[in-house]
Amino acid sequence: MEEVVKGMAEINGVLDIMWILIAGALVFFMQAGFTLVETGFTRSKNTINIIMKNLMDFCIGSVGFWLIGYALMYGDDIGTFIGTPSLFFNNAGEMHNLFFQTVFCATAATIVSGAIAERTKFTTYLVFSLLMTVLIYPISGHWVWQGDGWLTKLGFIDFAGSSVVHSVGGWAALVAAALVGPRIGKYTNGKSNAIPGHSILLGALGVFILWLGWYGFNGGSQLAISGTNVTAVSNIIITTNLAGAAGALAAMFFTWIKYGKPDASMTLNGVLAGLVGVTAGCAAVDNFGAIAIGLICGVLVVLSIEFVDKKLKVDDPVGAVSVHGVCGAIGTLLVGVFATDGGLLYGGGFGQLGVQAVGVLGIAAWAIGTSFIILFILKKTMGLRVSEKEEVDGLDIHEHGMEAYPDFRLNEH
Amino acid sequence: MKRIEAIIRKSKYRVVKDALHEVGVNFFSYWDVTGIGNEKEGHVYRGVSYSTSDIQRRYLSIVVNDDFVEVTIKALLDSAATGEVGDGKIFVSDMEEIYRIRTGEKGGETLR
Repeated sequence: MEEVVKGMAEINGVLDIMWILIAGALVFFMQAGFTLVETGFTRSKNTINIIMKNLMDFCIGSVGFWLIGYALMYGDDIGTFIGTPSLFFNNAGEMHNLFFQTVFCATAATIVSGAIAERTKFTTYLVFSLLMTVLIYPISGHWVWQGDGWLTKLGFIDFAGSSVVHSVGGWAALVAAALVGPRIGKYTNGKSNAIPGHSILLGALGVFILWLGWYGFNGGSQLAISGTNVTAVSNIIITTNLAGAAGALAAMFFTWIKYGKPDASMTLNGVLAGLVGVTAGCAAVDNFGAIAIGLICGVLVVLSIEFVDKKLKVDDPVGAVSVHGVCGAIGTLLVGVFATDGGLLYGGGFGQLGVQAVGVLGIAAWAIGTSFIILFILKKTMGLRVSEKEEVDGLDIHEHGMEAYPDFRLNEH
Repeated sequence: MKRIEAIIRKSKYRVVKDALHEVGVNFFSYWDVTGIGNEKEGHVYRGVSYSTSDIQRRYLSIVVNDDFVEVTIKALLDSAATGEVGDGKIFVSDMEEIYRIRTGEKGGETLR
């Protein structure tokens, strides 16, 4: 009998690790989704550049997070602020964790690439991407996920990373897009001009791939699947899916009313808005809460994209700031409203909401502050932008010496 | 001999081609063109509305003998019209000489 119990425990341990590895592989595939969304929503002359940025931020992130990032995030706590630094992670029993956390880290890094697409120097992006993965992301991540961080001690809830991953990426994207400046021709006489992306089809495929990856992103964050965990994971998959669907429905009907037609690119953003929004609370809210979060984020993302574009005049071709920054922050806050245990609507009062607000602001301040300092220094030293000629001709031909579609005749705009 | 050039909607190309065959016009060339015209196409991209006056059309170049001019033009007018702004134009001009490259013959005979 004792042996059977021991054997069961062993099998459960294996199942849990296997689930983490599978979920991690799904999250890895989100890199393909980001690549496609960013490429589709921008012009064909910058396709290669976007491919290279998305490929390289994952590669740099993989090496950087193994080198030191993981230790800064999950190493023994120092002052509730940072993990104990150590180099070359090599804890044989925890390689599945390194993998799972690496793909999350790379997700945060790759969010920035879309917001600064079509005008940013490749070399500068590579440097920023490294600093994002070994410095900015691991430290704020430590506050929430290591167990001894100051936000964990406050009771802050961010289950799979609306703030830890998405807002950090989104706020860094906002700072980067503002410092790099708008694309040539985006604003004339203070008016925003449309620069249509070259393939909504690629963008849509990217959104479907991201949605698929999200099942691993949120479902995998349970970090186990054996025993009763399987029910928890199933619930998380459903809250995740409902919020994505509700986000798309909200964005579609909202743009239909607002512009007269259901806007495809905004509806695609609506899917991502709902998914980003529910990421923090996917294990804490019920299905009604998930739908409410999705609906709120789906409308909010449209308003935010217009606000960033027309009022702030920050040129974000793919809506990364609104999808990841704004919806990540609001989704995290809404945990304080919709959490079945402690949420405002479930009789929990304002306590959890207050804690969520502290976390959202703390993480935003960290991401905006550090990325501003880093990008400001990079702007003064390496420079953030390509030359006017490179931008007009396209980054592909000047930064990479090739075209993405050499045998298609495409519009030159 | 005349050259009849017509700018028509791409969506009308098939019926125009059939109408030309109907009246005995079996040779012509065409190419796709982009032009600027009265028609404006309204678009909204991610909340920013914009309109473009760059319009896609098909350009037909038809060379006929004088006795075919009238029927050709009538066929074009009847088949290419929708009644909406943007149906296109027909230009008629004189054609000085025509040669058939294979045989070296010249004149209206080459169009038969």
